[in-house]
Amino acid sequence: MNITATVIEMRGPVAAECPVRAAPARLVVAPPPRRAGPMLKRVAEVVLPPLLGLVLFIGVWALIAKTGDRLPGPGKTWVSAVQIFSDPFYVKGPNDQGIGWNILASLKRVGIGFGLAALIGIPVGFIVGRVAVLNAMLSPVISLLRPVSPLAWLPIGLLVFKAANPAAIWVIFISSIWPLIINTSVGVSRVPQDYLNVARVLNLSEWKVLTRILLPATLPFILTGVRLSIGVAWLVIVAAEMLTGGVGIGFWVWDEWNNLNVEHIIIAIFVVGIVGLLLEQALILIARRFSHEYRA
Amino acid sequence: MQKFLSIENVAMAFDTKRGRFEALRDIHLNVAKGEFVSLIGHSGCGKSTLLNLVAGLLVPTQGVLLCANREIRGAGPDRGVVFQNHSLLPWLTCFDNVYLAVERVFGSGEQQRESRAQLRERTHAALAMVGLTHAAEKHPDEISGGMKQRVGIARALSMQPGVLLLDEPFGALDALTRAKLQDELMGIVQQTGSTVLMVTHDVDEAVLLSDRIVMLTNGPAATIGQIVEVALDRPRERLKLVANPQYIECRRQVLEFLYQKQFRPAA
Repeated sequence: MNITATVIEMRGPVAAECPVRAAPARLVVAPPPRRAGPMLKRVAEVVLPPLLGLVLFIGVWALIAKTGDRLPGPGKTWVSAVQIFSDPFYVKGPNDQGIGWNILASLKRVGIGFGLAALIGIPVGFIVGRVAVLNAMLSPVISLLRPVSPLAWLPIGLLVFKAANPAAIWVIFISSIWPLIINTSVGVSRVPQDYLNVARVLNLSEWKVLTRILLPATLPFILTGVRLSIGVAWLVIVAAEMLTGGVGIGFWVWDEWNNLNVEHIIIAIFVVGIVGLLLEQALILIARRFSHEYRA
Repeated sequence: MQKFLSIENVAMAFDTKRGRFEALRDIHLNVAKGEFVSLIGHSGCGKSTLLNLVAGLLVPTQGVLLCANREIRGAGPDRGVVFQNHSLLPWLTCFDNVYLAVERVFGSGEQQRESRAQLRERTHAALAMVGLTHAAEKHPDEISGGMKQRVGIARALSMQPGVLLLDEPFGALDALTRAKLQDELMGIVQQTGSTVLMVTHDVDEAVLLSDRIVMLTNGPAATIGQIVEVALDRPRERLKLVANPQYIECRRQVLEFLYQKQFRPAA
């Protein structure tokens, strides 16, 4: 079948009003590829490198496992993983539960800790970005507390809350609040003067300025802060749970180390990494959805 | 001449790190209702500063500005501003951008509040006046520069301001779009009878559109150097005016002021 390319030319008022971003005045519709070749090539370009990287990684791991005698190889670990995930939601006792429950428990703590951090951090960031005096007041405090390692906050949490669960949530809260405050305040202070001029010229009320101008303009910064925050929170929870115990993926890692079940530790590493990746991807999708609505 | 807009003995100075910078001095200007006045001068002569003073975005260090016999204190919708870069909010549609202004002026408490439907009607009318009804639901990043500027004009007009202030509104556009929008602006101004104060550096634009051209001397401490009366009949047609002796004479006077009397070599 012979398909020739079709050329569509736009004339008259349509061409005159053609917006800068849209297609040029000549639209060329190409025929579909005759062979599967070019399409396959594109797929290969996208999929092959990461696949190759993964295979290389597994290869190096297998090599190290073979040369040493402590580290289990990919094969053994896979068998173990299948076994664990075949019954992810068992409950044998308060400290012995399926991996599904462990992951959910950790996620729950992250959710609460991050939720509190967002509830407090974003408004504080807003105020700090808007009111210069408060910025001057709080900036040194923020700079002082930010570099503190999350685990250094744990003893204080245990002291105040006297229980492992709230202490872990406290550690997540205090570690993940900083990106939210800082990114939000930077975003607010970076709102282009143009938009603020519009607010002045229209004499908008403070509420309108906040909802119609400041919040939409700051949203990309807030979302970046959220992404950083969740990343920190997930990182911290594993470490915190190792020290506090209970149910959770971090606790599970420590427990398996005590049982010298190295395959399970490696599986835990993968699980933590994969869940972290999924969280990040979910947030990227949300960010894209909201920032797609406006590109200045 | 009735004074709708009155600038009396105004001077403006800024305190900078290098000392006091005097931008404007001894500005006296009266604008009648329905008059179209252009401000023209070299770059940095303080045209935009003067416009910002009238808009209420700046407070003069000396003198007073009056609009409809009330002192200008701060910005307000009775003086509609069209910026050089449209300043449309990119997360709102064109309709919503204009609606924001309409809601502020006619929808909020001081006098009787209009209903949502009435506010929407006003917004549609403003967009129709600039011929952008079809772009109402589009976002600013989906329309061309000329269209964005027209939305800016629609937004300013929708507030039914006493004075329309334009700060080089067509400066960022290409020559053809500029010509088209100048004609549109003339039509709109004739239809609404607005009082207009426009900053421009385009001599032809100033002569074509204005009733009077106010020419500022070079900064710093710029003042009004000369005022040219443009007594051409309206409606004005670009092509016909090219050969009009009065047009040519006005143009000559402006050019002479800018390039002979106030000539400043390129920095």
